[in-house]
Amino acid sequence: MVQARIGLAKSGLAKSGLASQKVRAALWFLAPMVLALALAAGWPLGRTLYYAFTDATLSDMADHGFVGFDNFWNPEWGGLFGDAKWWRAVGNTLVFTGASVGLETVFGILIALVLNRPFRGRGLVRAAVLIPWAIPTIVSAKMWGWMLHDQFGVINDMLLGLGLIEAPIAWMANSATALGAVIAVDVWKTTPFMALLVLAALQTLPGDIYEAARIDGVSRLRVFFRITLPLIRPALMVAVIFRGLDALRAFDLMYVMAANNADTMTVSVFARQQLVDFQDVGYGSAAAALLFVLVAVMTAVVLTLGRVRMGAAR
Amino acid sequence: MSGRPGILFFLGVGLIVLFAGFPFYYAVVSSFKSGSDLFEVTYLPMFDLANYRAVFTEQPFGRNILNSVVVALAVVVLSLLLGLLAAYALARVSFRGRGLLLATILSVSMFPQVAVLTGMFEMIRAFGLYNSLPGLIVANMVLTLPFTVWVLTTFMADLPRELEEAAFVDGATPFQVVRLVFLPLMGPAMAATGLLAFIVAWNEFLFALTFTLTNDMRTVPVAIALITGATQYELPWGNIMAASVIVTAPLILLVLVFQRRIVAGLTAGAVKG
Repeated sequence: MVQARIGLAKSGLAKSGLASQKVRAALWFLAPMVLALALAAGWPLGRTLYYAFTDATLSDMADHGFVGFDNFWNPEWGGLFGDAKWWRAVGNTLVFTGASVGLETVFGILIALVLNRPFRGRGLVRAAVLIPWAIPTIVSAKMWGWMLHDQFGVINDMLLGLGLIEAPIAWMANSATALGAVIAVDVWKTTPFMALLVLAALQTLPGDIYEAARIDGVSRLRVFFRITLPLIRPALMVAVIFRGLDALRAFDLMYVMAANNADTMTVSVFARQQLVDFQDVGYGSAAAALLFVLVAVMTAVVLTLGRVRMGAAR
Repeated sequence: MSGRPGILFFLGVGLIVLFAGFPFYYAVVSSFKSGSDLFEVTYLPMFDLANYRAVFTEQPFGRNILNSVVVALAVVVLSLLLGLLAAYALARVSFRGRGLLLATILSVSMFPQVAVLTGMFEMIRAFGLYNSLPGLIVANMVLTLPFTVWVLTTFMADLPRELEEAAFVDGATPFQVVRLVFLPLMGPAMAATGLLAFIVAWNEFLFALTFTLTNDMRTVPVAIALITGATQYELPWGNIMAASVIVTAPLILLVLVFQRRIVAGLTAGAVKG
């Protein structure tokens, strides 16, 4: 913005005419995009929030009554706040988000550190790391579902071969391992994204600090924790926040690997099950609305905190 | 940084490559095995194309691929068109409410998909678009448009101002400036963003699952997710793996070829955001 003003002030044209022409054109250029977003995002979101306060059903959404906050809480059947299945879904979502983003961050940093070192064939390795990212989530879910198959799965075969387990494990059928398996697949799928962002941050770091540290004989571990990590922290935080918000809405992976299994059900899966399978538009919308509010509040906090830094960078 | 990489380092590199690549390799191996071969774990490929034939004969998989291509291409073209115009306004013109608009666009890209599901369902049915490709195209715009605008805006903001000014001095209109000055310069950025949008639309699952009903309207991800066998417990894994390889191989090829561009697009969208 500042740049734009300086640019306008610097050149000696008949500024006011051109500037107002540009602003007018800008509004026309923005209109189609704003209209498309309003149609595809704003309106549907508003309707979802509206339906959260109704008892609509999928067969005839127009025929509904207004029930206030009953879908969220009511003394008769409880609503979401009194629904153990809902709280289980909330718990699963939080565990999934925390565990997968945490692991991705650690693995992402490790891979980025490796890729940041020059060696022969680095380009090839970097391309290989991108493969999981390029594979559609549904395909990853199926591929891993097959690898984790209780009788014919390659994972059990490997673990048996290495002597780590004595009998095949039914990964997805066992409630102790199902969520863990889903988390592992998500980590496999999204670590490349994290690694690339960290790598991009690492490549902006000045080399002379490292030279100085090397001459002073500082240990590598110390260099990492005292120099590298603090320097890449801003980029890392952005990546963690983006991934965290993304993980909170996870649907595809657990739906394809375990359908509506309660062990892996996230809030998104819960909301869709109510909405589509049980045809309960009101209750499903209420669940979706709560997820939206959670994500919206977190986004607002992040944007407000980030504004200061973004403003300084421009 | 210091010293030559040792054995341990290359062991780590090998582990990373193995971890990243093995699942797809194993899917390829499995896709070539049919019948009872499938139920014996082997690590080396053989070449039996039975599963590949079965995928196309047992369900309208060719049609599913066509659906996915149509939806993804339409979404890419629309997103890039709307995104480029909007990006010029957002990156090159200072007007009131610009910051707020950018923040709104960014927050739309954070929307949980399920939060628009009810309203989208209602809208799609009202327009008679249920179980049709146009319905999916509209729905997919929620996912691709915000980040397309965002990434193109960051790229456009980095271009030198002088180019545009010279054109204005020569009496060009803003639309001509976008078309004749920025469009050629934005080629690489548009390619990167378009590729990302294509991948997002190609992979989209929740909308396609919810807004289509019949086999011949499904996109590839839904088709793969819903491949079933004789019973629920007897999934035709060979077919599923063959279908998975068919739709993933082009993507992997694209990613390997356009690696640099994709990374540039991803990091522009996230790091600068």
